[in-house]
Amino acid sequence: MDALACITSKQQLESFRVEFLGKKGRLTQVLRGMGSVSPEQRPIIGQLANDIRLFIEEQMDTLLLQLEANELEVKLLQEKIDVTMPGKRQRIGKKHPLTTVLDELVDIFIGMGFTIAEGPEVELDYYNFEALNLPKGHPARDTQDTFYISDNVLLRTQTSPVQIRVMEKKKPPIKIIAPGRVYRSDTVDATHSPLFHQIEGLVVDKGITMADLKGTLEILCKKLYGNDTKVRFRPHHFPFTEPSCELDILCPSCNGSGCRVCKSEGWIEILGAGMVHPRVLERCGINPEIYSGFAFGIGLERITMRRYGIYDLRLFFENDLRFLQQF
Amino acid sequence: MKAPFSWINEYVKIDDITPKQYAHAMTMSGSKVESIETQGENIIGVVTGKILKIERHPNADKLVVCQVDIGDEVLQIITGADNMKEGDFVAVATDGSTLPGGKIKKGKLRGVESCGMMCSEDELGLQQERAEGIMVWQTETPLGVDIKSYLGLNETIVEFEITSNRPDCLSIIGLARETAATFAREFAVKTPVVSEKNDNIENYIKVRVENEKLCPRYSCRAVKNIKIEHSPEWMQKRLEGCGIRPINNIVDITNYVMLEYGQPMHAFDLRMIGGKEIIVRTATEGEPMKTLDEQEHLLDGNMLVIADCSKPIAIAGVMGGENSEIQNDTTTVIFESANFNGESVRSAAKKLGMRTESSARFEKGLDAHNTVAAVNRACELICELGAGEVVDGMIDVCAPFEPERKIPLNVEKINSFLGTNIEKEFIISSLESLGFTVENNLIAVPSFRGDVEGEADIAEEVARIYGYDKIPSSLNTGETTLGGKNDKQSAEDLVKTTLTSLGFYEIITYSLINPKMFDKMRIEKMGYIELLNPLGKELSILRTQALGSALEVLSTNYNRRVDGASLFELATTYQKGGDDGLAIEKQQVIIAMYGNEVDFYDIKGATEQLFDAFGIANYKTQQHADPVFHDGQTAIISVKNQQAAVLGRIHPTVQKNFEIGADCYAAVIDFDMLLKFKDLDIKFKHLPKYPAVTRDIAITVSNEISVGQIEEVFNKFKSGIVEKYNLFDVYQGEQIEKGKKSVAYALTLRSADKTLKDEEVNKVLDAILKELKRKFSAEQRL
Repeated sequence: MDALACITSKQQLESFRVEFLGKKGRLTQVLRGMGSVSPEQRPIIGQLANDIRLFIEEQMDTLLLQLEANELEVKLLQEKIDVTMPGKRQRIGKKHPLTTVLDELVDIFIGMGFTIAEGPEVELDYYNFEALNLPKGHPARDTQDTFYISDNVLLRTQTSPVQIRVMEKKKPPIKIIAPGRVYRSDTVDATHSPLFHQIEGLVVDKGITMADLKGTLEILCKKLYGNDTKVRFRPHHFPFTEPSCELDILCPSCNGSGCRVCKSEGWIEILGAGMVHPRVLERCGINPEIYSGFAFGIGLERITMRRYGIYDLRLFFENDLRFLQQF
Repeated sequence: MKAPFSWINEYVKIDDITPKQYAHAMTMSGSKVESIETQGENIIGVVTGKILKIERHPNADKLVVCQVDIGDEVLQIITGADNMKEGDFVAVATDGSTLPGGKIKKGKLRGVESCGMMCSEDELGLQQERAEGIMVWQTETPLGVDIKSYLGLNETIVEFEITSNRPDCLSIIGLARETAATFAREFAVKTPVVSEKNDNIENYIKVRVENEKLCPRYSCRAVKNIKIEHSPEWMQKRLEGCGIRPINNIVDITNYVMLEYGQPMHAFDLRMIGGKEIIVRTATEGEPMKTLDEQEHLLDGNMLVIADCSKPIAIAGVMGGENSEIQNDTTTVIFESANFNGESVRSAAKKLGMRTESSARFEKGLDAHNTVAAVNRACELICELGAGEVVDGMIDVCAPFEPERKIPLNVEKINSFLGTNIEKEFIISSLESLGFTVENNLIAVPSFRGDVEGEADIAEEVARIYGYDKIPSSLNTGETTLGGKNDKQSAEDLVKTTLTSLGFYEIITYSLINPKMFDKMRIEKMGYIELLNPLGKELSILRTQALGSALEVLSTNYNRRVDGASLFELATTYQKGGDDGLAIEKQQVIIAMYGNEVDFYDIKGATEQLFDAFGIANYKTQQHADPVFHDGQTAIISVKNQQAAVLGRIHPTVQKNFEIGADCYAAVIDFDMLLKFKDLDIKFKHLPKYPAVTRDIAITVSNEISVGQIEEVFNKFKSGIVEKYNLFDVYQGEQIEKGKKSVAYALTLRSADKTLKDEEVNKVLDAILKELKRKFSAEQRL
């Protein structure tokens, strides 16, 4: 037993096994010498030797397990590494922040049963203005400084012409959003860009009311800015909707008391909307006595800037990688 | 439109309402309040003072040292102004006082102590533009009095954002009417009272309107024995509150009436009206005209002018002429109060580049009924101010009015449109408070509300007085529709998710470009669309390709020392020749990159993986030539013989033109082709039951033979037991004959229905090698 207690390695254990249990081992010798033992003694000694062998084997198994555990422990210690060293990363890219926010908006609307419509960016004056109750010479045209390509072809100043194109082709029920690029001849600065993105929305069916407009846009704001978001609908004017409104959310930085973010108004304008003007419906061959609808337009840059606290519109179009990596 | 609170209060009592409450309620009823400013809010510690002594500054030529009495003490103040003299009264900002621009503290100027500052009008926030000198006056004034109470700076100014459909609200009366409707209060406009003398206007002036369409109404009155002087303090203050600079009593009256009634007016000096006749006519082509602001203009035949017998004396609705301006010695004036066609005024103002308070009102379409009340109001003010004697009578040349507009009142329809349950009484009272009259279920629209044309407009009037916030919220009662994306939109998503997962960042660039882009990219200028009115050369045409925009982004990043950039854009391009004169708008996927260890095969790999993502397998890659790309490192990928992508290393000259100092690589992929050939039908294949055999083969071939050619041979065997092949080495150098290369592949062979035996494998390998030898004289390396 003492010899067993002194063993500290698997090798020593093996020598021990050979010494006692091997072919020429001491215990084996005892069993071999059984021939010289008297027949009466034989079973007793044989039993004894066997018990001893079993005992030794048992002890050795235990010891082996322990030795293996010790050895593993040493090995693990040797394999210790500096876990604070950087991990190996796969390269992944990211979508542009405008796309990320647009995707979110699109998901919200698809969930409400909207499909996505598209229209040309190089557009006819008719679709961009005239069909939307903005005939030539209308003063509201001045608020949308327009890039012209010819007398009656222009770069669309809004996504609203898509409304007209959809209504001309499709009969109600209509439930679409139309995201896309729009153009205004504004010089580039922190809050202006000759090119930006809008998301147009249009719902036309029997019995659509201004209450539906409110309900739909409230859901949008809650999904976008959280369930506790307070919104208000404020009268406004757009030539192609009547009644028209703008939707504000309560300024999240000051809770309405007025601060720099909301230019001390307490509220932040998010989008414009209204009930589709009966003349617009009529012009597209939809009878306003039977159908009604609402439309809205959202500025994607504005919403994205608010979401991430971006203060300068130019960053979106510079595409500095250090900007893109943040979203 | 800026409006002093006290002025609105003259028409509707609101002095018990706080400015904040007022702003909120008006905003919610449709007259959005942009800001409220209480005058003198930012002026603290500024008092009246009197200059006792002015001496030269010992150390500065342009400064003087003044001793200023402010009642309980005399302060030494240094100033650079030179418009004051001893004995003048001034506004003194004392040590520790506050001005709109900041705090004033005692200090030394060129070694001499200055204990405050004498203020100018702009420093006190009384005017926008910079004043010539400090504010001085000579009227005897108590000293040390707070300047706010001395100047009466206690007015609250509300600034409204008025939408283009409501020119009637560009007036105090219009805003007062909205206020009354919002707060359900009394509102009344008095008819102006003019005391007349026994003269007659016919003795002074005749009016002839040649173009009734552009000038539906021309009303005017004459005032004689005028004494030109400053208008009274209260009038000046109101004008200033509205952002208009006071000039003299006559001009101020015209502006005052414009603000109050929303009717622009003009005053002519009768002496300057040749032939004593006013002719309203269109200008002759190229007719010269000098306006009040001393600008010379050449008019065109579409512009309406007010003329005398020989020359134009005003551009109708835009600005008066210098030749008939009110002078200090003017004695008789003609007040013009006319109605001009909005579109005509708008286009004249736009062409001449002069948008005025007057044109801004006319262009939105004004009420022709308003001219008489306005000119009478001007004459009433003449009497009140004692500025002259009003001549009897009025000339009023007037085309027939538009008939009064009537709209049926349908309460049920209004409610079903709004989703509300508003009572008929409320609807009628709201409409009446806004100036409508309702009789026998017919709504008569007042003449100043040209914007109200139908039932939807009536619904809006009711809704905004009722309160948009009180309209309930519901979700569409209409038919249920299925939402979703179409194939193309899903494919766009697939491009973006694939490329971002491959490590590329999405960029968004302008579709307007500089025409120089073509030269920079060494491509031909053609098929592009040009803007008629660009902001400048830089953004003057629509791009016909989007690679240039991506290269610009690479350049931006490179020049900002960003180590490397891997980018993509799903971009629209625009070519001439679409239907109806529109563009052919197509989408391209641009992938572009530079950085450490980036080479051709990175851009190729990314492109291939994008094709994989679309399930497009049978594409072919070939060497290609393209002026934007490097001559030897450019490939074209085609699917079924249709060009789907061009990719490669950017030509060094192009790279230099874009000022990029690193090698860049790019791919231009036709999005329509991805869409056309996409095959995303996935069919499960059984997992193999039998083991595969792998064998490496290495061959030497001439340098001219491309890997693609070799692989075409492998592909022929692919339908058999060749499962896949993997290029693992291309070697030139020692042990390889010059002009040749060694190409090594790992081939995986497998049969679907048995374990392959050696002889079967060898048979196929021999066949492959034989074919390679036949086609390319390839020798196996052992």
